[in-house]
Amino acid sequence: MPSKFKRALLLLAVAAMLPASLYGCTGGTDPSASPTASAQSGESSDHGNSVTVGIAQDLDSLDPHKAVAAGSSEVLFNIFEGLVKASSDGAVREAVASDYTVSEDGLTYTFTLREGVTFHNGDPVTVEDVVYSLERCAGSENDGTPLITAFSNVTGVEAPDDGHVVVTLAEPSLEFIYSMTAAIIPAGSGDGIAQNPIGTGPFRCVSYTPQDSMVIEKYEGYWGEGAYLDQVTFRIITNSDTLVMSLQSGSLDMAIHVPNTQASQVEGQFTVVEDTMKLVQALYLNNDVAPFDDVRVRQALCYAIDVQQIIDFVCDGAGVQVGTSMYPAFTKYYMEALNDAYPTDVDRAKELLADAGYPDGITMDITVPSNYTQHVQTAEVIAEQLKAVGITANIVPVEWETWVSQVYQGRDFQSTVCGVAASDMTAREMVIRYVSDYPNNFINFDDGEYDQAVAQAITALDANQQEELYKRALTILSEQAASVWLQDLCDLTVMSPELTGLELYRTYVLDMSTIRYV
Amino acid sequence: MAKTICKRLGLLVVTLLLVTILAFLAFSILPGDPTTSILGVDATAEQIAALRARLGLDLPLWQRYLNWVGGLVTGDLGQSYNYAMPVAQLLGSRIAVTATLAGMSFLLIVAIALPLGILCARYEGGVVDKALTVLGQVTMSIPNFLLGFALTYVFSLMLRWFTVGSFTSAAQQGVGAYLGYLFFPALAIALPRAAMTVKMLRGSILSEMGQDYIRTAYSKGNSKSGVLWHFVLRNAMIPVITFLAMTIADIVAGSIVVEQVFAVGGVGQMLVTSIGNRDYPVVQAIVALIAVVVVVCNFLADALYRVMDPRLRQR
Amino acid sequence: MRRRKNWYLTLGLILAVLSVGYSGLGLFWTPYSPTAYSAADRYAGPSLAHLFGCDHMGRDVFSRTLEGASATLTIALAVLAIGFAAGLVLGALCGYYGGAADAFVMRLCDAIAAFPSVLLGLVVIAIIGPGKYNVILALGVLFIPSFARLVRGEFLKYRDWDFVRAARLMGVSNLRIIFVHILPNTWPVLLSGLTIGFNNAVLAEASMSYLGVGVTPPDTSLGRMISEAQSYFATSPWLILFPALVMILMILGVGMVGEGIRERLGDG
Repeated sequence: MPSKFKRALLLLAVAAMLPASLYGCTGGTDPSASPTASAQSGESSDHGNSVTVGIAQDLDSLDPHKAVAAGSSEVLFNIFEGLVKASSDGAVREAVASDYTVSEDGLTYTFTLREGVTFHNGDPVTVEDVVYSLERCAGSENDGTPLITAFSNVTGVEAPDDGHVVVTLAEPSLEFIYSMTAAIIPAGSGDGIAQNPIGTGPFRCVSYTPQDSMVIEKYEGYWGEGAYLDQVTFRIITNSDTLVMSLQSGSLDMAIHVPNTQASQVEGQFTVVEDTMKLVQALYLNNDVAPFDDVRVRQALCYAIDVQQIIDFVCDGAGVQVGTSMYPAFTKYYMEALNDAYPTDVDRAKELLADAGYPDGITMDITVPSNYTQHVQTAEVIAEQLKAVGITANIVPVEWETWVSQVYQGRDFQSTVCGVAASDMTAREMVIRYVSDYPNNFINFDDGEYDQAVAQAITALDANQQEELYKRALTILSEQAASVWLQDLCDLTVMSPELTGLELYRTYVLDMSTIRYV
Repeated sequence: MAKTICKRLGLLVVTLLLVTILAFLAFSILPGDPTTSILGVDATAEQIAALRARLGLDLPLWQRYLNWVGGLVTGDLGQSYNYAMPVAQLLGSRIAVTATLAGMSFLLIVAIALPLGILCARYEGGVVDKALTVLGQVTMSIPNFLLGFALTYVFSLMLRWFTVGSFTSAAQQGVGAYLGYLFFPALAIALPRAAMTVKMLRGSILSEMGQDYIRTAYSKGNSKSGVLWHFVLRNAMIPVITFLAMTIADIVAGSIVVEQVFAVGGVGQMLVTSIGNRDYPVVQAIVALIAVVVVVCNFLADALYRVMDPRLRQR
Repeated sequence: MRRRKNWYLTLGLILAVLSVGYSGLGLFWTPYSPTAYSAADRYAGPSLAHLFGCDHMGRDVFSRTLEGASATLTIALAVLAIGFAAGLVLGALCGYYGGAADAFVMRLCDAIAAFPSVLLGLVVIAIIGPGKYNVILALGVLFIPSFARLVRGEFLKYRDWDFVRAARLMGVSNLRIIFVHILPNTWPVLLSGLTIGFNNAVLAEASMSYLGVGVTPPDTSLGRMISEAQSYFATSPWLILFPALVMILMILGVGMVGEGIRERLGDG
């Protein structure tokens, strides 16, 4: 027995000797040996033209087709590119493709490959790589289940010649071009892409240490205007107080998604750039459960809750109010007028409650995912506000996993404060989820007119008509008080005053290529 | 003697078995499903079933335990759910970090506690003794994250002796900077334990001073310091050394919290994050690893005690 | 030595009564509602109206500290109640009877004690979810082994003493011997064990709150308040100062009481 135990001990000791879990991305380049680490530009020398950025979340995968977390997309944007890529005005710009055309029936997209685009290993990008990448997204290596949901609409990817790729769709879609931001990776990469993330972007990956850091450096062979910085280190610091102290001590030059209280602590020392999170935070109501199956009760809540006050408390005024399931980044669909649909009016709220048969108020549960401070704080403010109209709100904090299985998937809740974002960056995603039979219509919203408007909008071929239909649907969400729509939370980026060039995107992108020292 | 050791070793093995069973069971009866964190919130039932099969979650409990323990013994800690790499690889460098941190904390405890404990006992009831006793009691009353925060604030933000958040690895920073950085978290872990050790040592010396053989030593004309150094310390150290060996569990517990405060990428930090991610293979491995270290240290403490104390050695 | 006044016990009692009394007060009375926010008072410093200032939501820190302290006290006492009650029964039975059951229970205690309490707290909370009652349950169970061992040790010591043998010869039932004859003799040691347990419970709850697995809002506790207030230290130091002070004085007081009890035992 003892000898067996000793062996176990020995093995544990061996485990301790194993090389760092850090792995080099392109052929195992040691970051400390990298020549680009020492700055060659004539800029001030102490930072060596490199930047350290604090991020709060680890990457869920380096595989650009499998990473789902917004935090991963932000970082990977610097390494990978699609045929087109997001641009800061919310549209797309050509990237690996130099041009594209859409057939009149909206079913065929033809892309012209840009000349001179190379992968980080130096190989030129060919049509084979493009076809391989798009087919992988459509599920060629995943038993046919698309890795990116929108690709379920794809019926074929072909390369008629060495310079073009044709994508055909089952149903016409104006928004499909946004899905063409899917990364182009070398043909045959397979799941190995997660260990060796080779793309075509302005930066290439140097090393990645799980839960610690990711180092990228300027890719000299980039086809376009290259990056200003030579090297960027993303450091994963989950604790926001440690993040603040790291900023104050100077070990970070920049940090993204800094909570507003933490940002206020470094205000003088750093530039704080305000943006929003691109999500809709609301007091989501289960439309199937009494008393929220009564539209009057839902409207009463809307009148009772002072959204501006929530924004002031939770976001120090930096959040942007929303009146329906659409956040301002979708400029085309964001309807500011709906913000005033339910001005704060305690008497009106009481009246509506009495009409609905609850003259003495109600008692309700607000389920909140406890790890999201801002949602919890919002629930706390709401609970106080509701006291004025005779509603007793009990806050039920649950863990994220429980929230997902019980609230989001199980729909077993009365009300919940959370943020809903568009996972594929299309406005459509924000609207389609409340169609009565949609799988993740977790608030059980059920309105015939709404379903019809959304169905027509999705297949509409005329952009104006589509816009009108979506707006009609969004107005219904407000009229029916499907939930108490609150705000798009504030999102703060903190950066050293020596840095400039931050471009704010409408999607989950942190473009490091435009950032430079002044 | 040999018989006692065999018996103790047998007990050790039983305890280790129990420890692994507890560590394993804890994560097998969890209500939450790890598939959620892997597949995201919009996964279909088929995707979830396929993933469960792939992760071996559909096997009966006992079979999973045997597989796991078998792997543990052969150094195969399993595969992380969240990262496409073996747990052993994920933990490798972090174990070194936490071991360094724990080692430094231990040395600090000894370096602080021994002189102060002797000083207090030597001048028992004096101003120094009283001041140190109160100071020690206060130190023990501060939650360790708060102590860590205070140290960071003073030494990093005010005095700029180290740059909090700049910790990476010995290879990248150089050994000097690496150890220099770890000194402060080690101090945060060590201070309350050092205070405890001072108290312990002081008490041990004082009780030893009351023994008959010491009185005899005095009667033979030895000075107080002479008695202290030549007779008392040797015996008084025995329980203290055992106590020190036992504090290793405490040090590990402290490092779980303190690594967070100082942004040190050690095992503790990975534990906290992995619990959040529901990355059970990683959590199980860390929990088992820590428990095994603690059990073994306690065993060694016990053995050391028996070896050092002549009264026990004869039995 | 025994002529010296037991200033440790005296001072400790004063501190403990003050801080525990403060916490107890929070159960019944707070000057303001601890959840009532006010836009005008955000980050207001200490004043006559708000003795300890106001937090980021304009809530009265004095009221919140009262509530937090009472929550911390409740948690610590409940943890002790669970750990001590179960530990007492287990330890007494094991120590008195010995045998295979004793050996097994002690191995199990060893196994549980092998996990540092913060680690086990993290794990248990990961399993049963966060919240005040779960924290109590988790820590309570974790505290059983240490009490069981303490009690067992005392019982081992006394079970072969003459007065116990005499009682046994007179035909007194075992249960009566355990609880009437032996138990009273163990109180001083158990009492000082309880003070250590109390402090460990308070500190463990604080660590767990810091790691995000302690009590959840709208509940609060001193540990949670302190860890939340770190973010505001540069601009509003009173947010961390007062809860930290209350907690430190509470632990200090109770710790000194325990120390005083031990000192008295040593003398007597």
